[in-house]
Amino acid sequence: MAIASVKSKDIRSVKADVRVKTAKNDLTVALAGNPNAGKTTLFNQLTGLRQKVANYPGVTVERKEGTWNAAGEVIRLIDLPGLYSLDATSLDEQIARDILTGNIYDIPKPDVVVAVVDATNLERNLYLVTQLIEFRLPVVVALTMVDVAEKRSLGVNVKILSRMLGIPVVKVTAASGAGIDELEAAVLRTARSTDRPKASWLSETIQGSEEEIHLSLTDDASANKQIFARYGFISEVYQRSVTPIDTLERGYSEKIDGILTHKFFGLLILIGILLIVFQSIFSWASLPMDLLDAGFGSLAELAKSSLPEGILTDLIADGIIAGVGGVLVFLPQILLLFLFLSILEDTGYMARAAFLLDRLMRGVGLHGKAFVPLLSSFACAIPGIMATRTIENPKDRLATIMIAPFMSCSARLPVYTLMIAAFFSGQYIFGFLSLGAVLILAMYMLGIVMAVIVAFILKRTILKSPPPPFVMELPPYRVPNFKTVLLNMFTRAGIFIKRAGTVILAISILLWALAYFPRTSAEDISNIQSSTAAAAAEGSPDEGIQLRNSFAGQLGHLIEPVIEPLGFDWKIGVALIASFAAREVLVSTLSIIYNTGADSTEESPSLINAVRDAKKDDGSKAWTPLTALTLMVFFVLAMQCMSTVAVVRRETNSWSWTIFMVGYMTGLAYLAALLTYQVGKYLGFG
Amino acid sequence: MQTLTKLPIGSRAKVIAVHGNNAITKRLMEMGVVPGVTFRVVKSAPFGDPLEIKLRGYSLAMRISEADAIEVESE
Repeated sequence: MAIASVKSKDIRSVKADVRVKTAKNDLTVALAGNPNAGKTTLFNQLTGLRQKVANYPGVTVERKEGTWNAAGEVIRLIDLPGLYSLDATSLDEQIARDILTGNIYDIPKPDVVVAVVDATNLERNLYLVTQLIEFRLPVVVALTMVDVAEKRSLGVNVKILSRMLGIPVVKVTAASGAGIDELEAAVLRTARSTDRPKASWLSETIQGSEEEIHLSLTDDASANKQIFARYGFISEVYQRSVTPIDTLERGYSEKIDGILTHKFFGLLILIGILLIVFQSIFSWASLPMDLLDAGFGSLAELAKSSLPEGILTDLIADGIIAGVGGVLVFLPQILLLFLFLSILEDTGYMARAAFLLDRLMRGVGLHGKAFVPLLSSFACAIPGIMATRTIENPKDRLATIMIAPFMSCSARLPVYTLMIAAFFSGQYIFGFLSLGAVLILAMYMLGIVMAVIVAFILKRTILKSPPPPFVMELPPYRVPNFKTVLLNMFTRAGIFIKRAGTVILAISILLWALAYFPRTSAEDISNIQSSTAAAAAEGSPDEGIQLRNSFAGQLGHLIEPVIEPLGFDWKIGVALIASFAAREVLVSTLSIIYNTGADSTEESPSLINAVRDAKKDDGSKAWTPLTALTLMVFFVLAMQCMSTVAVVRRETNSWSWTIFMVGYMTGLAYLAALLTYQVGKYLGFG
Repeated sequence: MQTLTKLPIGSRAKVIAVHGNNAITKRLMEMGVVPGVTFRVVKSAPFGDPLEIKLRGYSLAMRISEADAIEVESE
């Protein structure tokens, strides 16, 4: 039966080829496959750089599509999420099903599905193929990793495989492009054919329309029967098309794992890898970050000196250029983090990290997979929260999202750095440990410990659910594909700029306006100057009075009673309000507040000195080491990032969870800062 | 009933049944843990959990609580 259908298709394909040339409608092809089957590499090879990444509306599943020029035909190539099954137990599977059945509003039902099948892992990969065939979809199998399989003397007979499945099977080596021409031909042929393979493994009673077949899945017993039937068929195919080897023997990955997931050394190596990653992010990124910072600084100067004086020039220099600079300065760190994450992911190490840490994560009530999003959150909570979509259970996912912003992200670093440079530099513990480094480590630890506590509480109260399952493939170790890693890195960076960048820029302009308006006239300034002694104490009367009377200054005064118990004056209050947009804004706001005015003095002290020398309105010092520490503690815990709030809203699809997060984090931050300051004061610091 | 959890590291065995009817057992079966398949217990993670098994040419990790649902027969 299956043999006959293939033959008739071959005859039809001759006619089809003629039609291909005249066809005007673009084809839609979906790329489906198990995770780690080589799908991404093939997608990149087929589309080159002609691809875009977005999200499916209302959900967090990444939507990737590109243009594939196949033998003169323009194909819209949809990259489905990595899948083991189409039974819709996870969000990824649900979306994939919707695409394949034509239920996503702006994607037509695919003309052909290319199933990426890993030759070294044929049986489990074929499971998805059997389901695709059951959906009555035109399927072409792209067989990857054939070279790896052959090295293990695992020969796959493509002809027998194709005949038994009733669909074309093409060997491809995505990295070198071998087999791509054959794949193109097979896809175009299949697109023009009306032949659909039969799911011969299903009993006659459940043969029928795809609705009928999958309706029966609601019944557990028959669902299990179907799984057995598919694997029964697959075993038959496997035995006939593959030269038998012992598939349970120790492979090279297992030998590597002898060290990397070793009971003792495995954890040590994991810690070592993380240390190397973070050390590199911080040290390698500092030079380009400084350059960007300086570059935007001189650009603002240039704008001020070459444009006529006025509101517009101030807006361009202090609002827009400073805002864009504030976004781009984080790009080096984000690029490096995603470089490392892509490499760890593509080598197969990330799954091992989850394997090693699952027991620990479960103690908190989270999945081993939560490790990756939390790790990413050390660079930026936005990609971290976006990465939680790999967690299948919605409650576990939510709990992970709720604690992700406690991981000290790169935006907190400028704050820590400023505070340490101003008050704790050049001090050592035991003569060799830099106090600054110890404090930064302590801030990171504080965030982690708080995350653990909150997750523990959440998972036992409002997000109560049984421990999440941990059934996970440990993919074979592979050398990462250079192109894939780079592409992934730039795509992520692009998402950061687009999603976070626009918000940060908008907020910078808003903040600039809050501090700029209403304008205080020169006459008023001189009046105030002569009448108040406090104003005279300012380093720069003009700027100080302008800011005090601005909307930002008024807001700062408004919250002063609330932040006074934390040791903060109204100026720090202004900076705090501003930093609710984005933490690093604290630094730029402080420099505006303490800016002695570029016009008035040539030797304006640097920000560090300005912070050290700043005075409260009563003339006492605005900052002490204790104030700095309190501020750092506040910054570890407070939800101060508009972009994260926006992402959380999008990912949870709920305002209540978003507001809950902002509320509880900021409340916790206030309490912790209060405790730090008051206890510190009681102990005689400050 | 002998379950996967009771097997020594390194031993080979055959799956007899996957007990229970939930998303986890279904996922296990979809990943190829169906009656009749042979596998090898590879190792356990640093804290004794999860476990790693090798079947159908690939490595699968699962928790002890999940492995407990898998009835096996030593080879």
